[in-house]
Amino acid sequence: MNIVVPIHDMRSDALPSISEAGPAPKRIVVAYGFWIFLLSDIVMFGALFAGYAVLVNATAGGPNGAALFNQVTVAIETACLLASSYTCGLMSLAINARHRAATYFWALVTFVLGAAFLALEIREFAHMIASGAAPQRSAFLSAFFTLVGCHGLHVTGGLVWLAVMMAQVAARGFRPAVERRLRCFSLFWHALDIIWVGLFSVVYLMGVAA
Amino acid sequence: MTATYCDRAPGEPSTLAEREAQGHPSAFVYTIGLVLAVILTATSFWVANTFLLWGPGVPLGLAVLAIAQMGVHLVFFLHITTGPDNTNNVLALAFGVLIVTVVVAGSLWIMANLSDNMMPPPELMNLHMQH
Repeated sequence: MNIVVPIHDMRSDALPSISEAGPAPKRIVVAYGFWIFLLSDIVMFGALFAGYAVLVNATAGGPNGAALFNQVTVAIETACLLASSYTCGLMSLAINARHRAATYFWALVTFVLGAAFLALEIREFAHMIASGAAPQRSAFLSAFFTLVGCHGLHVTGGLVWLAVMMAQVAARGFRPAVERRLRCFSLFWHALDIIWVGLFSVVYLMGVAA
Repeated sequence: MTATYCDRAPGEPSTLAEREAQGHPSAFVYTIGLVLAVILTATSFWVANTFLLWGPGVPLGLAVLAIAQMGVHLVFFLHITTGPDNTNNVLALAFGVLIVTVVVAGSLWIMANLSDNMMPPPELMNLHMQH
């Protein structure tokens, strides 16, 4: 494994350059395209984060984050989403191994954890709106509901996508197109968890600590 | 040296040959990531609630912990590495990070500057009233 190959040898015959190797397989092109979409999605969340950070003190006499946020709920939400990201990883390993029962099992666990996250978030929103902290109360609350709600909508979309993918696995099996979509789904789900890391740190914990 | 050069798709776990060479089952990679993420999350919650730390430093500490945890997720869950087969993925990520940094830091800077300039200090207001 530790053979030192002179540079000219590598260039002449060992590793063809990208232009000589021909087009990349569709599996890589699709995942790379989806990766670029995810990065554009993250840029959009960056803009929403910027809006929130600018407006965080514009409470217009209304309640601020420290008065509204319940850290226990946030901790449970974080645990649900982190665990579902982990089980999503185990699901992609089951897909690699072509293990259908394990795929269904980990998909179900991922779905239940994601749905639990969403239920907690909806309950939190309903509680806030019922106590008078609705989006129209202040610029801070508008920015809060836009940012956190946008992430919640992404999670909802991810749950629908996961259910559709399981139906496709059931109906069509692990054919290449289905496998590519499953790989895109796991990218999406892991990216949502990365955005949630920013959310619970910037919105909730900084809001409580301030 | 018979393998042809090929990029790796983002999120693609290591190949079977690599895993056997490392001697780990690849669920192990996800488990390391989970453990690190749990530690960092727990630290974040502790930092936000403790009275042992200097208050104004807490947001900076939370930001550092969040960035560290995002890195853990990228490496252990999305399998972004520094290897040559990942160059395209890393470059796209670097561009995304650049845009996010410009948007967030630029917005905060401009809006802080604007709100400083929008509200004249009291002595200036008095000067204005005397005309």
